[in-house]
Amino acid sequence: MPDKPGIKKFFNQIVDALLPLLGLVLALLIGAVMLLALDASPLKAYAAMLDGAVGNISGITQTLVKATPLLLVGLGVVIAFRGGVTNIGGEGQLTVGALATTAVAIGFGALPGWILLPASLLAGTLAGAAWGGVPGVLKSRFGVNEILGTVMMNAIALQLSNFLLRGVMIDPAEIERGTQIAQSALLPEQTWLARLVPRTLLHSGAILAVVMAVLVYIFLWRTTIGYRIRAVGLNPDASRYAGIRVPFYQALSLILGGAFAGLAGAVEVLGVQHRMLEGLSGGYGFSGIVAALFGKLHPLGAIPASVLFGGLLVGGNKMQRVVQVPSSLIDAMLGLVVLFVVSADIWSRRRARRREINE
Amino acid sequence: MNRLFTLPVLLGILYSGIRLATPYLYAAIGETFSQRSGVLNLGVDGIMLMGAYSGFYVAQKSGNLWVGLLAAAVVGLLMGLLMAFVSVTLQATQGISGIGLYLFGLGLSTLLFKTTLGGVESINGFQPVKIPLLGDIPYLGDVLFNHNLLVYGAFLLVPLAWWVMNKTTFGLKVRAVGQNPQAADTLGVNVNRIRYTTVCLGGMLAGIAGASLSIALINLFQEDMTNGMGFIAVALVYFGSWRPVGVLGGALLFSFVNALQLWIQVLGIPLPSDIAVMMPYILTILALTVSVNRTQKPAALTKPYQRGES
Repeated sequence: MPDKPGIKKFFNQIVDALLPLLGLVLALLIGAVMLLALDASPLKAYAAMLDGAVGNISGITQTLVKATPLLLVGLGVVIAFRGGVTNIGGEGQLTVGALATTAVAIGFGALPGWILLPASLLAGTLAGAAWGGVPGVLKSRFGVNEILGTVMMNAIALQLSNFLLRGVMIDPAEIERGTQIAQSALLPEQTWLARLVPRTLLHSGAILAVVMAVLVYIFLWRTTIGYRIRAVGLNPDASRYAGIRVPFYQALSLILGGAFAGLAGAVEVLGVQHRMLEGLSGGYGFSGIVAALFGKLHPLGAIPASVLFGGLLVGGNKMQRVVQVPSSLIDAMLGLVVLFVVSADIWSRRRARRREINE
Repeated sequence: MNRLFTLPVLLGILYSGIRLATPYLYAAIGETFSQRSGVLNLGVDGIMLMGAYSGFYVAQKSGNLWVGLLAAAVVGLLMGLLMAFVSVTLQATQGISGIGLYLFGLGLSTLLFKTTLGGVESINGFQPVKIPLLGDIPYLGDVLFNHNLLVYGAFLLVPLAWWVMNKTTFGLKVRAVGQNPQAADTLGVNVNRIRYTTVCLGGMLAGIAGASLSIALINLFQEDMTNGMGFIAVALVYFGSWRPVGVLGGALLFSFVNALQLWIQVLGIPLPSDIAVMMPYILTILALTVSVNRTQKPAALTKPYQRGES
């Protein structure tokens, strides 16, 4: 090849990175057809969506608030998928993370913030790790498929949350008033994450998430353990021959995946809701997968991807108000984006193969 | 606890367990074919939701339950076709594309529910049909032979699936394609056609599974009404070691424990309902952990096939 390989490689990377955007455009087009079928103007709908997501300070901060848990869950998904395991337990891991954070923040409410806040975050992270660890150990020790394990743990987490929120963890005020809404008491104020922009919900958890993305990048590409996780994901057989304990690293990637989903739950409680309530996970466990995938399963790629999908979710609410089309249209489109992005991989792979043949 | 071990209650548990197993059986038997041919369809839950919605909507509009069932089957088949195109032709990573299909089905069924139905309404679904003679057996007759047609269908599907899988050429091809696609291809089996067939079949059965909820068992449609049942169905396929009979065992175990916990709540036995609801899930995990998994999964599961690759 006469031209410089560096430029060519760079060009190829650009094309690979742009393919997901193409998938998004295609999904938006199909969404437009659905909008037309529902007698709504796609232009008006998408304009409302854009306006809702980035039209003003409140929209932008809302987008970033939604992007935060997406990014954290997405990072967990990146680690798990890089390790060759399918973690669909994000919902459950996030839920138990939020529960544990709430329990610690309320249970030790007398402690000062500088110790209680990190302790609460840590509790959520550890609970998530444990929830991911169960399917991890089941897989490595007993050969139980991790899809099965994570699905079951999701269902169990949901019931556990209902049980605790209607029982021991319920807000005493709810019992007094007799309303019995299944939510915990408000967390002590010293555990609330600092607001970044006054009078908005944007909190310091967003910064934490970005820092975590960088750390995950360093972890996966600059440490031995990270290298082994990726090796196991790329080729378990070769890894085994190279002496890497494959089951251990598979379990580890599920544990780490759970830890990040748990942290997402912790941050959602400490930063946004300031209490644990039913339905807190709000589908982040699944949409985090979309964000991770859209970022090409790269921790840094997950940052813009999460912001994009955070914007879609926030904009979807505005769209619902303006053109009266349920925001579940956005969920359907998220699904299509996933389908298109994973399908587009075939072209990336084909070009990669062609390059190999040429070289 | 004494209240639990009376004959009427035990028969009640048996009766509810059989009913509850129905959607799992349709979805999991379909998924068994799909996985046996090497394709993991993780989007079953999304297909079930679309099947439940379209079955309900069409049955309500046409006034004919069978037309509704047909609509659910067709919609399921189309969703299966989409999955097959993405995972067989475009060779997409199956675990993830299934999640895409799930989100798509969840979003679209909710969207359609909110725009076309607006609220939860109920429908007069399939009624129990008592089988002559067998239905007159004391005690067991009512429990086993007084169900609606979709329940019978689910249980008849098991021996049928066993027969197709193990005694027909098609079944042999399915197993060959899932175990060693290269060898099957060499012998003239069209790998991709078999996989399209099984994934579409799985989609169709998942659609029927959804309809069995909305027009035969619960008789209404609401947003996200499957509540993750499709994922459980996928899990049951692993549980049943990719054999129809094993899937039946798993579905019955799961459903009987589920029926048991429902009756525990009905009888007011002091066990928190949320904890009771957890039981089937915990038990499934435990059962998997202690049972040594003798059978290997289909060797080519989740691996797209491309000619000319070793």
